[in-house]
Amino acid sequence: MPNGSITAHDEHHGHDHPALQHHFQDLEQQHEASTLGMWLFLVTEVMFFGGLILAYTLYRIWYPTAWALGSEELNIYLGGFNTIVLIGSSLTMALAVRSAQTGAQRATVGWLLFTIALGLTFLVVKFFEYKEKFERFHVPGPNFRFEGPESSHVQIFFSLYFALTGVHALHMIIGVGLMSVITTMAYRKRFSPEWYTPVELGGLYWHFVDIVWIFLFPLLYLVDRSHHIV
Amino acid sequence: MIWEGHNQEMSGHISPKSTYITIFGALMVCTILTVIAAFINLGNLNFPVALTIAVFKATLVVLFFMHIKYGSSLTKLIVGTAFFFLGIMLTLTLSDYLSRGWFTAPRGSTAAAAIRSVTGPLTTGARSLEETPQNNSPK
Repeated sequence: MPNGSITAHDEHHGHDHPALQHHFQDLEQQHEASTLGMWLFLVTEVMFFGGLILAYTLYRIWYPTAWALGSEELNIYLGGFNTIVLIGSSLTMALAVRSAQTGAQRATVGWLLFTIALGLTFLVVKFFEYKEKFERFHVPGPNFRFEGPESSHVQIFFSLYFALTGVHALHMIIGVGLMSVITTMAYRKRFSPEWYTPVELGGLYWHFVDIVWIFLFPLLYLVDRSHHIV
Repeated sequence: MIWEGHNQEMSGHISPKSTYITIFGALMVCTILTVIAAFINLGNLNFPVALTIAVFKATLVVLFFMHIKYGSSLTKLIVGTAFFFLGIMLTLTLSDYLSRGWFTAPRGSTAAAAIRSVTGPLTTGARSLEETPQNNSPK
């Protein structure tokens, strides 16, 4: 292994490690730059989802009745289950990063596989939710059907539901793809306590996608429940 | 350990497992709270309560799972700036849409628009322009 030649305090010969690129002084600086770059990307994602949630909020203010009607059509049990699954996957992801930090390579692979399994569980549940929407003609478009005078406004709710959850699911699919690559790298023992940047950055992405769902679950599934059951 | 040289430890901080499990527990409790809160009729407060819990959960994830608590000042600045600008986007947009109709313009045109802003969003601008007194103003 090339890693074997590394000496811990050899600051002046930072080129020793194969992962260290020549324009960085040491791995710490390189890691700092990578983390910052990832955060800059996530910041643009925050603005992207922020814009969609702003659209949701405005239409919710305009059509409160339609929002309550649309929200009631969503399955709170499936949404809640997916919330638990996704928060659980954030825990396994955090533990995967920790395992990589401490050099526990087999544990890293295990936690990453656990994370992928939870991510796929989320997507399967989401698939059945979408399937139900298609069967009940709740998909916006020419075939949209909803009883009552609020129909056209409920369609706007479902448009935003599909936009928000669809873009989120796309991020999940990309996340599972990223995790597969990172798991393969971990399985090939590419990471060490001195270099595990892909695990760390993959984790940042995964947690961000989790945060988006933390907002989507109450906003789409929950927030108007009490206004119509009475 | 040979990895204890300060430039060999990449992120500089390894949280104990117990931290992650505690945060996970806190997130679960908050999820249960947000579900319970949703079934209690708080009127207009349901939305802010749900958002507050979500913001709190997101903060926990950012600080502990995403290691911002132990991150460099520069990273913290970038993240803080992002949320600051997100706040500007939300505040300015909402303060525009929510305040339409609070004040009446000298010739009353916004008052007419305001009534419709409750019923229909996209048509308000067009309709109020047609009916605005400017069109049949004196002269």
